[in-house]
Amino acid sequence: MTKILIVAEHSGGKLNPATAKCVTCASKIDGAQIDVAVFATDGSAVAAEAAKIQGVKTVLKVDNAANAEPLAAVLAPQVAAVAANYTHVFGPSTTFGKDLMPRVAALLGVGQLSDIMAIESAYKFRRPVYAGNAIVTVEAPQDKKLVATVRTASFQAAPQGGSAAVEAANVSAELPSHTRFVSRSAAATGRPDLQTAPRVVSGGRALGSADNFKVIFSLADKLGAAVGASRAAVDAGYAANDLQVGQTGKIIAPELYVAVGISGAIQHLTGIKDARTIVAINKDAEAPIFEVADIGLVGDLFTLLPEIEKALG
Amino acid sequence: MSKILVGLKRVVDYNVRVRVKPDGTGVVTDGVKMSINPFDEIALEEALRIKEKGGATEVVVVSIGPSDTQQQLRTGLAMGADRAILVQADSAVEPLVAAKIFLKLIEKENPQIVLLGKQGIDDDNNQTGQMLAALWNRPQATFASKVELDGAKAKVTREVDAGLETIEVDLPAVLTTDLRLNEPRYVKLPDIMKAKKKPLDTVTVASLGVDATPQFKTTKYEPPAARQKGVMVKDVAELVSALKQKGLV
Repeated sequence: MTKILIVAEHSGGKLNPATAKCVTCASKIDGAQIDVAVFATDGSAVAAEAAKIQGVKTVLKVDNAANAEPLAAVLAPQVAAVAANYTHVFGPSTTFGKDLMPRVAALLGVGQLSDIMAIESAYKFRRPVYAGNAIVTVEAPQDKKLVATVRTASFQAAPQGGSAAVEAANVSAELPSHTRFVSRSAAATGRPDLQTAPRVVSGGRALGSADNFKVIFSLADKLGAAVGASRAAVDAGYAANDLQVGQTGKIIAPELYVAVGISGAIQHLTGIKDARTIVAINKDAEAPIFEVADIGLVGDLFTLLPEIEKALG
Repeated sequence: MSKILVGLKRVVDYNVRVRVKPDGTGVVTDGVKMSINPFDEIALEEALRIKEKGGATEVVVVSIGPSDTQQQLRTGLAMGADRAILVQADSAVEPLVAAKIFLKLIEKENPQIVLLGKQGIDDDNNQTGQMLAALWNRPQATFASKVELDGAKAKVTREVDAGLETIEVDLPAVLTTDLRLNEPRYVKLPDIMKAKKKPLDTVTVASLGVDATPQFKTTKYEPPAARQKGVMVKDVAELVSALKQKGLV
């Protein structure tokens, strides 16, 4: 029987929506039992949230003072211990999951499948390679535990309305002290989260400066959108690193993506190809972004953006 | 004597537009430019800077691949690495196998730091560093955008979804690099000449006692589904009305 363990991602006592997307991915495997594990100092609130995700059977709550911060070296032995009773172990393909899951796999003595974008069977999957320029079908051996990360942009969050049992689990694993959390600087913007926002406005190199980037924030606020940026804009210092959208930044799937002054390098397009509607605004009519845009507008962004804001009322 | 081991993967150059072979057995690599994986180049640059600041005495570059991979190792030597090890493997190895190979080399070389790129831009796996750290039972600091050494410890700032996170790890440790850690130096002609004289040892995967049998089987390569080309609008009024029509604003 297929039993899938999903490692919950959470911060500040809240479950990250990536977890419900992993549940959707797991539920594509016929007849699978899906459990979620919450590793925290006190995971009660997060576990209660996870228990409401439809499709989850049991939420395992693993409380330990060492779990105050998501350190892969500390979490991995615990995940590996809990994984003993499962055929599959999934985590989100976020920086949290990418850091943690390969360490879990190696402790279990198995390989890992990265970025599942589609499930064909319990042991057959599709995933992107070469920055999304190719999609491969991969078969995993049935006699080994399958550890994988789930490409969250490929799956909708599983709906609420479930009522899974929450169980406290005791895990005996030796935890290392060689890795210590120091600090985190999160930009508290008050704007929607880039990874999950239904609307995103992104700026590219054409913005020209960090000061000019304000026009992106302004349009985003008008639309109630999150703000993103191309790698070029981040490298040039116009926008913070956590705003980067693309192969090596965030892979997102909003309803509306507005690309402003972004030429459309392949590694950027990789990050937005699942967006429902892409709007491109660029002064270069030949820019590759127009190849993928649903709606394109050629012109000077500094003229057009204020006009758009005005037209939106 | 403190040593840094750097992994250099030979990959299709990042400027090449990768195409899937018509028969779906792989991507076109014949006659395509091959280079050092960009994240690994950043790893080597960081190792060289650490050495130049007196934080290490030797930088050893390691690659796993066919004999042509010597080209990338020579480039690494020209950048400033002291010596190179080619672990010859004629077919691609999975990240877990790569991690086991590195572990064998660690046992011989006893490095203080292993620096790897966070992912290869071919398979986009993002696994080897984390797996190596697990097998070695040592700390990992992935997606590094800043590395500060302090004796037997390293303080590493990491690029995470929420912003930047700083952790402290005891050495030895595995560090993997993100894009903004540094800008790799250009190789100068005299350095290329000098690099030819630097030692490059070749070993085989089998001689290290590592089983390279893959766990996963890739059965098919396909090009990604193309997005439909959309419409061009002539002005803001048309744009906003198109968005309204789609119910997006």
